[in-house]
Amino acid sequence: MGFDVTAIRKDFPILGRTLKNGKPLVYLDNAATSQTPQPVIDVIVDYYSRYNANIHRGVHQLSQEATDAYEQARQKIQKHLNIAHAHEVIFTAGTTHSINIVAAGFGQILQPGDELIVSALEHHANIVPWQMACERSGAVLRVIPMTPQGTLDLDAYEALLNDRTRLVFVNHVSNALGSINDIERIIHQAHAVRAAVLIDGAQAAPHLVADVQALDVDFYTLSAHKICGPTGVGMLYGKEKWLNLLPPYQGGGEMIATVSFEKTTYADLPHKFEAGTPNICGGIAFGAAVDYMNSIGFEQIAAYEHQLLLRATEGLKSIEGLTIYGDHDHKTAVISFNLAGVHPYDVGSILDQLGIAVRTGHHCAQPIMTYYNIPGTVRASFSFYNTFEEVDALIAGVKKAQQMLC
Amino acid sequence: MSQTIAQLQEEIVEEFAFFEDWMQRYEHMIALGRSLPEIDPVHKDDDHLIKGCQSKVWVHAALEDDKLVFTADSDAIITRGIIALLVRVFSHQKPADILEAPTDFIDEIGLKEHLSPTRANGLVSMIKQIKLYAIAYQTQIKS
Repeated sequence: MGFDVTAIRKDFPILGRTLKNGKPLVYLDNAATSQTPQPVIDVIVDYYSRYNANIHRGVHQLSQEATDAYEQARQKIQKHLNIAHAHEVIFTAGTTHSINIVAAGFGQILQPGDELIVSALEHHANIVPWQMACERSGAVLRVIPMTPQGTLDLDAYEALLNDRTRLVFVNHVSNALGSINDIERIIHQAHAVRAAVLIDGAQAAPHLVADVQALDVDFYTLSAHKICGPTGVGMLYGKEKWLNLLPPYQGGGEMIATVSFEKTTYADLPHKFEAGTPNICGGIAFGAAVDYMNSIGFEQIAAYEHQLLLRATEGLKSIEGLTIYGDHDHKTAVISFNLAGVHPYDVGSILDQLGIAVRTGHHCAQPIMTYYNIPGTVRASFSFYNTFEEVDALIAGVKKAQQMLC
Repeated sequence: MSQTIAQLQEEIVEEFAFFEDWMQRYEHMIALGRSLPEIDPVHKDDDHLIKGCQSKVWVHAALEDDKLVFTADSDAIITRGIIALLVRVFSHQKPADILEAPTDFIDEIGLKEHLSPTRANGLVSMIKQIKLYAIAYQTQIKS
């Protein structure tokens, strides 16, 4: 069966909305958050309508049903990323939370003089927790530089690696530019000096599927709301040996085996890192979102989104004075751009009046903006439910904005 | 006799009532932004930078006789248009009058609903800064 975007759009009630000025919604802010299809909304409604209960401890039927659904969701995520064991999947509040769990844990075991490597293309969520870990431990942060094309300088990375390197953390895909990083090489070279690797998969997850065992990655994390799931839930994959080694992040219920005032012993994985009542409904909906994305098919998604990207890139490049940042072949359907002499915020405001939702600003990746010496960019990010007509609306909208602002 | 804050606000409300759609309103804001008098470059520093705006906004105030004179700038043109309106209303007014003045003319000209949430927050920050200057200079006049 071919890719039928008209049928797919019917799954997303929000895409039928009309906005101020009577404009139909053109949603091109998918890298910030994706929209939610009816099958996932149904799962959320069904949970609260039929079997809302606390999990893992209950003796009653509702608790059992909720527990089963939550653990099934964990297994769906396990299968999706080809993770060896379900207990290596930790439910979190999202990628930021996941990274903080790992960074806080390493903050307690790193030694002064240990080295960590971050990339210049990171979201602040994959920078700041590590800076905090360095402050606590005396470890030193090194940075893989970026190139003018918006890729990573991996020769410089190789030169940074040494026997003091403990950990490397890089995003799979840059949120600001859409660049797909060569994580296979990054992981392989880090392992050669016995350093662990954390990959932030938040921006990769909507476009491609990571096979964590084939990658041999130590930690991988993503957020449900980037792949048609709800906000406030995500996952952290960690190799069993690492998750056993790292201290727990938060104390509380669920994460303990026994508690006395003399000594508390921690629960086994994954509960060690899941203190308190989790986002049960969110976790179950996360599983439903994974199912939904797979029912569309990631190969079809990638192929279709690439067509959207090509058309948008070609159309935007035809506009005089428009610069695309990170303009290269190895990227997801994200375009970060500016019009010469115009603040990105002004362009975003005009597009908003036209019903076109884009993101403007530094995209929580200020080092990239500093590198290009710009206040920010306009970022249009596409999803499999976007259409060629919407791409054309964007191009026409940018031309309109240029006409008004220049 | 110069116009009061209330008169100036009324004038702006009437001016905006003339526009038929968002595009005319925005074109007017952009034109206002272009006409905003330049701020002295020495005042475009961190001390005069307002936090809470996605675009950069600098506001400077000085007392001339018993009135406050505002100069301001932004790196975004639509934001400059908003600043131009605020400067037109609040500049060359007495600090006490600025403090007492309502600011709902922004709602009345249908601007706020057309501003993005971050820009609306920025607008609140700008008005707050103008009022803070008025408090500071009023204290100075009294002492």
